[in-house]
Amino acid sequence: MSIILVKRALNPYICCAGMKARLNMSVNVEELFESKLAKNDIIEPKDWMPENYRKHLIRQISQHAHSEIVGMLPEGNWITRAPSLRAKLVLLAKVQDEGGHGLYLYTAAESLGTSRDEMLDALHTGKAKYSSIFNYPTLTWADIGAIGWLVDGAAIMNQVMLQRTSYGPYARAMVRICKEESFHQRQGYEVMTKLSFGTPEQKEMAQDALNRWWYPTLMMFGPPDAESPNSDNAIKWRIKRETNDQLRQRFVNQTIPQIEYLGLTCPDKSLKWNEAKKGYDFSEPDWAEFKNVIHGNGPCNKERLVSRNKSHKDGEWVRAAASEFARKQNESTAA
Amino acid sequence: MADSQGPLWEVFVQKKAGQPFVHCGNLHAFDKEMALQNSRDLYTRRGEGMALWVVLSSNIVSSSPEDIGSFFEPSNDKIFRHPTFYQIPDGVGHM
Repeated sequence: MSIILVKRALNPYICCAGMKARLNMSVNVEELFESKLAKNDIIEPKDWMPENYRKHLIRQISQHAHSEIVGMLPEGNWITRAPSLRAKLVLLAKVQDEGGHGLYLYTAAESLGTSRDEMLDALHTGKAKYSSIFNYPTLTWADIGAIGWLVDGAAIMNQVMLQRTSYGPYARAMVRICKEESFHQRQGYEVMTKLSFGTPEQKEMAQDALNRWWYPTLMMFGPPDAESPNSDNAIKWRIKRETNDQLRQRFVNQTIPQIEYLGLTCPDKSLKWNEAKKGYDFSEPDWAEFKNVIHGNGPCNKERLVSRNKSHKDGEWVRAAASEFARKQNESTAA
Repeated sequence: MADSQGPLWEVFVQKKAGQPFVHCGNLHAFDKEMALQNSRDLYTRRGEGMALWVVLSSNIVSSSPEDIGSFFEPSNDKIFRHPTFYQIPDGVGHM
């Protein structure tokens, strides 16, 4: 008994093919999986899962990880130009957090059988997607405020839902991420507050940032439900618990009063309160633009990929040296 | 191809002395010192802990989901291991 257990445990994460075959003989693993989802139970790495569930999660979690890492770039752009030492410290801490979030997510995806190298390779060759929002430029300091407030605000809305996703390691990563993200959104709104209640030029800068980030932020929730190719399965498998349109509506409802407090104007001219649905009616973003940016033609797609590739390449000697150092350490311990 | 990020380590954090070490996640590092330092940077940026353990993931031995039945079954039918199994006369008071 114990020998068998140790053998199986060689990889603490992945079920091997033999085990699956053995399982198929005894119980209907698919029914077990479905019944777990129906009971709101959590799926853990060693549990049997349908191949498509595994693939869907690898795609979603790795894209999420890439978004965190690429998201460091537009904000990192302002670290050297932050308007005060306080602002610089805060921005450094925030960008460091984003890097950490990427790491939580990469290992969550690795628990499904992919490797860090495979994922990074997909990102660096342009095969993998990441959130379209990070292909827009950060032109002024107000953009740092708008990103924290709107982009992180939208991300939080999605991530709060994902804390209850059906895959254990993803859910646990989300719990840690959500704890850290609330600082991000608050610091962004603080920047917007200072600008909005500052000089007329500063207020104008805040309005300009809102105008440019509003629609790209709405795109972050993904295409409308009717045209969202992966949504059905995501809901069925309880990976997502709310649809793109539901989350987008909630985000708009939450954000409009925050815009009003700042004395700014939402760029959507046809935005209107709808008493019947207790929410705002709002204009859809330009979905053709969304598709175009996703397919590599946004203002900064090329720049982001070049930066990521350069930074990975620049770190190559560090990884090689660390690897060699570890090898020598192990040798001297063994001797 | 070897993973260029080094092997995977599991990270356990103790919030403060006297409390148990709790698994909080994992990370890649090339050696144990780097694993410890990176764990500090990744998992304790906001006072989450005062002590850390790191262990190579490949050194962890774990039970398997399909063994749940036979592996943990012996504990299910021994209700006499629970205090509520025993009847104590009312007059004795709290025990």
